[in-house]
Amino acid sequence: MAAACRRFLAQAGVRVLARASAARPGARCRCFSSSGLLRANNGEPTKFQPPPKPVVVDKHKEVVERRFLSPEFIPPRERTDPLKFSIERTDMIRRRKVLNIPEFYVGSILSVSTADPYASDKTSCFVGICIQRGGKGLGATFVIRNIIERQGIEFCYELYNPRIREIKVLKLEKRLDDNLMYLRDALPEYSTFDVNMKPVPHSANDEIPVNQLKVKMKPKPWTKRWERPKFNVQGIHFELPEKIMKEAQKWSKPWIQFDMLREYNTSKLEKEIWKEVNEELKK
Amino acid sequence: MAFLSRRLGLLLTQVNRAVEQRHFSITGACSAIQKLTRVRVVDNSTLGNTPYHRPPKCIHVYNKTGVGKVGDKILLAIKGEKKKALIVGHRMPGPCMTPRFDSNNVVLIEDNGNPTGTRIKTPIPLILRKREGEFSKVLAIAQHLV
Repeated sequence: MAAACRRFLAQAGVRVLARASAARPGARCRCFSSSGLLRANNGEPTKFQPPPKPVVVDKHKEVVERRFLSPEFIPPRERTDPLKFSIERTDMIRRRKVLNIPEFYVGSILSVSTADPYASDKTSCFVGICIQRGGKGLGATFVIRNIIERQGIEFCYELYNPRIREIKVLKLEKRLDDNLMYLRDALPEYSTFDVNMKPVPHSANDEIPVNQLKVKMKPKPWTKRWERPKFNVQGIHFELPEKIMKEAQKWSKPWIQFDMLREYNTSKLEKEIWKEVNEELKK
Repeated sequence: MAFLSRRLGLLLTQVNRAVEQRHFSITGACSAIQKLTRVRVVDNSTLGNTPYHRPPKCIHVYNKTGVGKVGDKILLAIKGEKKKALIVGHRMPGPCMTPRFDSNNVVLIEDNGNPTGTRIKTPIPLILRKREGEFSKVLAIAQHLV
């Protein structure tokens, strides 16, 4: 008992000293709980339990609620009747009420579990990075990539497929591009993700972090000529000679950004659809 | 007058037929595994893993169409020998919810359907379980099912 007390004091004392040395002018004081120290299993020295980190809430920063409208809600610019898209949207919202489809972007790491009649336990799970989000309406898809046992595997899942049981976002982040198909020609380390990785916590109102990673590629030939301006790839660290980079610029079409027929301003549409979707979801 | 117009009509049809008979050479649509595709043997058989100066190539697909998808049997030319094999993954995207591999994977097989190797480390698609009767032995030696 006395020995335990002495040990407790010594540990506390050491702790206090450490805290004093670590304290810098202007640092916030931290409180720590000593409950972990009091538990002694059979008189053996207890394992050091680090104190819980305090949650710092900065009250000066305005809490701006982040609005995220999934890209498949925005209808394409076509001659079809908008009624078709509104009917589709009601179906999409019905599905979302049953299955929680979280907010994710191209570059976030997801874990998808689906119902599979041929899998053991009837559920199959796949973890990987989202490299592409395509399709509009109920046929919206996303492609997940991972490398397992040195074999690159890609799965194209439909967001509203009833076979999907759960979509978990393990790491929510954006990348420099909207389309990461170039990961197929990148070194395998950029596409390998641990299947048992733990979800990285992300608070609801923070801005989504943009990963500024520039990926290194395998030697040419690639599946597509990613250096060409058509793909507008920002996330590759090109180690090609300048001659090839200059020649790739021959295919640039700088007039496309001024082409008015290609303009599609979705800001008004987004606001209407956002209102519509939120009303339906509340029902 | 009518005779002349009929003659013109006949000439026109002859010209049309001549235009239709112009042949263009068209390559077959490249899809999945067909003749002369280089494949990658993924089991641990000696025939598949010993290095050779030529990669294993498909020389016949046992299919009504000459295109092999996952679960089809093909004939391979490996090390100067002919060997049957089973396709377990290809680079072409397949139906939804099925995996797309980065290489055309193949497992060596005997004529009776028994696999030549004893272990398959590379992941194998779960779709093969549908035909469990034919591929039970291949699925038994697979370690990873995706």
